[in-house]
Amino acid sequence: MTPIQAGLLTQLALAALAVVAAVLTPPRLRARVAGAAVVGLGVAGAVTGAWALGGGQGALRIPVSLPFDPVVLSPDRLGGLFMLVAGLVGAVSASYGISYVRGPAASRTSWSAMAVFLLALQLVPAAADAVSFLLCWELMAVSSTVLLLAEHAHRAAVRSAALWYAVMTHLSFVLLLVGFAVLADAGGGTGFAALSTVPAGSAAASLAFALLVLGFASKAGIVPLHVWLPRAHPEAPSHVSAVMSAAMVKMGVYGAVLVTIRLLPGGPAWWGLLLLAFGAVSAVYGILQASVATDLKRMLAYSTSENVGLMFLALGTGLLLRAQGSAGPADAAIAACLLLVVSHAAFKTTLFLGAGSVLHATGERDLDRLGGLGARMPTTSVAFGIGALGAAALPVTSGFVAEWALLQSLIHGANAQDRLVAVVMPVSVAVVALTAGLALLAFVKAYGIAFLARPRSEGAAAAHESAPGMRVALVLAAASVVVLGLAPGPTYTAVAAAAGLPGPQPVGWWGIDLSAVGALLDPVALTVLAVLLVVPVLVVSVRLARRQPRREVDLPWGCGGVRLSPRMQYTATSYAEPLARVFDDALRPERDVLVTHSAESRYLVERVQFQQHVGDIVEETAYRPGIRFVDRLGLLARRLQNGSIHRYLGYSFVALLAVLVVVSL
Amino acid sequence: MNAGALVLVVVQVAVMVVLSPLLVGVMRQVRARMEGRAGAGVLQPWRDLRKLLGKETLQADGTSWVMAAGPVVLLGSSALVCALVPLVGTTTFPLVPDDLFVVVSVLLLGTVALALVGLDAGSAFGGMGSSRHMTIAALVEPTVLVSVYALSIPVGSSALSAIVEARIADPASIASPVSLLALVALSVAVLAETGRMPVDNPSTHLELTMIHEAMVLESSGRDLAWLELGSWLRLGALLGLVGSLLVPWGIAGDVTVPALAVGVLALALKLGVIGAGLAAGEVFLAKLRLFRVPELLAGSFVLAFLAVTASYLVVQG
Repeated sequence: MTPIQAGLLTQLALAALAVVAAVLTPPRLRARVAGAAVVGLGVAGAVTGAWALGGGQGALRIPVSLPFDPVVLSPDRLGGLFMLVAGLVGAVSASYGISYVRGPAASRTSWSAMAVFLLALQLVPAAADAVSFLLCWELMAVSSTVLLLAEHAHRAAVRSAALWYAVMTHLSFVLLLVGFAVLADAGGGTGFAALSTVPAGSAAASLAFALLVLGFASKAGIVPLHVWLPRAHPEAPSHVSAVMSAAMVKMGVYGAVLVTIRLLPGGPAWWGLLLLAFGAVSAVYGILQASVATDLKRMLAYSTSENVGLMFLALGTGLLLRAQGSAGPADAAIAACLLLVVSHAAFKTTLFLGAGSVLHATGERDLDRLGGLGARMPTTSVAFGIGALGAAALPVTSGFVAEWALLQSLIHGANAQDRLVAVVMPVSVAVVALTAGLALLAFVKAYGIAFLARPRSEGAAAAHESAPGMRVALVLAAASVVVLGLAPGPTYTAVAAAAGLPGPQPVGWWGIDLSAVGALLDPVALTVLAVLLVVPVLVVSVRLARRQPRREVDLPWGCGGVRLSPRMQYTATSYAEPLARVFDDALRPERDVLVTHSAESRYLVERVQFQQHVGDIVEETAYRPGIRFVDRLGLLARRLQNGSIHRYLGYSFVALLAVLVVVSL
Repeated sequence: MNAGALVLVVVQVAVMVVLSPLLVGVMRQVRARMEGRAGAGVLQPWRDLRKLLGKETLQADGTSWVMAAGPVVLLGSSALVCALVPLVGTTTFPLVPDDLFVVVSVLLLGTVALALVGLDAGSAFGGMGSSRHMTIAALVEPTVLVSVYALSIPVGSSALSAIVEARIADPASIASPVSLLALVALSVAVLAETGRMPVDNPSTHLELTMIHEAMVLESSGRDLAWLELGSWLRLGALLGLVGSLLVPWGIAGDVTVPALAVGVLALALKLGVIGAGLAAGEVFLAKLRLFRVPELLAGSFVLAFLAVTASYLVVQG
């Protein structure tokens, strides 16, 4: 038995153990026992993934009596990378969940579903044929729906979110099913080896590409198929949101990479352009919505849409440049795509777990009602801050490294001979730049409004630091953001191996050398230089502080005005107001201002009520008409069924007649 | 080359720390004279710094560590930019190339620190300044990166020293339409990033219109001193960068005493001329309405974009 086989079997066994533990242990112990088993499952997945990434071989053959190629689980290097990411995210989130869950999220069903979900997540990248891929995919979809439904009895929004999610995820499944069917028909088998015999230039390959990419894009939350994302992420328990956002949507990216790099390499240029366009639209739209969102978790969900958009943009750039013959920048772009995957997994886990702690401590998700949490929850505050730095792609975090690699590949991709690329690349640079700028605003808003200033509600004022178990998970996740940002070299080597790119040269202190585009980044050296420059400032500060210590005064100056109430502070809504005005056409915020005048004179204002709602314009223009149409069809169909037994007997009679007529013909 | 690079970094940062307050003093003095005022003299920013460093630092109840750490981060990021950008010489550490994307990210780190300082006190003005500051920073970003892209095309690298060296070797390339378009776009971005007219009025004290000043309202003593010095360094580094790209002569190619001396003198001269010109221009400009600023930035973005496409489609194609 090879280590990979052992790893896969261990995962199956641990998942079974977790389900049994969740069902049998009493509620008091359930979270600890089942949670520990799920953590073990995640660790087993991470170890197996790392082994596969290192080039380990091994296959688990599942005996079935279906007339297909054998159903095989056998992760390659690429699959290993994604299994590693999913396993680590799962392990950290589950260990957070042990202290976090309460109420319905701690039920037997929830813990069992969590185990099955994580197992399915880890097995999707292990699948080596279309049937097992689709099986794991469906298992992942169903178990995540169950997890999402945990709190359905308490909030109506959960039910609606689960409905949206179930519909979109099954739409994705149907597209994948048809896509793989087309490919299997052309390739003469369901194994990935058979599928990859289809020439990438053929019509069948292009049809399959379009179907599969649409299916994967829906799972990945790419605009305009993202509608489930901003509903599902806020409503799921936070540790589940973290796994969904940091690991599950990545399976959509994995699928896109699988199809375009492993199964159908060398596709035409329009494949790359299509992915790039999807990614660009998604990135800009996602981050615009995130910048104006006031619900913390909804904001993080839209930011996921943005990040996945960047991954698709990077992948599309890689394919486009490969098709046009610039191998070096193309390789850099594909590596950037996978770096984005790894870095997003790290910082989004941190942010969702941080949001969970905030929700746990204050009962609030609305940024407009938070504030002052930095003093009340110092660990959470620092961890969330690091995650926010990563999401805003600032040095020295993992997000910065990934975006830097993407920009380098973009600016070196174009050449004067190819006009298409010469136009597409600058547009992509602008898109990435605008996205980075808006991400900065969005995350300064999220951190500054929630953790700084004074509490804006009683819940925020009464906040307390979370349990030690939650803090440990948060700190681990935040540390990974910094470590991946400081030492990107090993990660880069790993992703290059996963995507089959030429071996990178190690440089400096675990730095990255994109030798194909002549660029080099060594975050440790940069940090050392920065620290050397800051030390004199700190020395002066400390000396001055010894002579004249900082003095606390009870009121800030506020330009001479006394702050009567914390409600006079800037809120998340007001913070994003200039931006909402600038992008008025794209966001279409709805504002209601209700002014009540004093009874004595209409020149005196008694109270002003302001309400703002920013809907999702894609949902309103593209989905609502479709939903209305289906609703109307449903109403029509109801007329067929009025509950009268006579009518049903009539239907049976007519059906029987029709069958007899058909048979007699 | 590590020792040479280290010497250059020390020289650049030291020179900029000395020169930036003087630059601000010159700009204020030019403006004052042109408006018919006597002015406080070019040394006033230095006197301000000394005064602020000697004063007691007050911190309002309910503010956090950001109030103390933010100014240091801003100053550190500005100093790092001064160290990376080729102002006096083009020698760099082999492991820390002066990659423009890295420089921009380091600048943004300072931007974020300032915005968080603005939010921390919880006063309405701080939040307002912070919100406007970040909105402008977000909208400037595309211009900055696309003009960086345009500048990097002729040399095939985004390392600033490579760009500057190529310009010294081939002065004709500075006057090419592509380079000029990119420089104009970059200059508008620099004006917006450093809060100069017509985006923000650096000498305003009207609460409802100010951006930069609103964020530092609650800081005092050494916090304020670091914030001010950090902003001045940032202004000096960015104007110096435009100077290095526009007039690359005098920048030391190697680290020797005469070459560095020439480099420092050339930098002082460039900064003085650009600063005085900018201040003179500001006298005749009115501040734009906040919601007209995006139009200005969109215009500068179009210039940068034209520069990139022109360098592929027109010049060689």
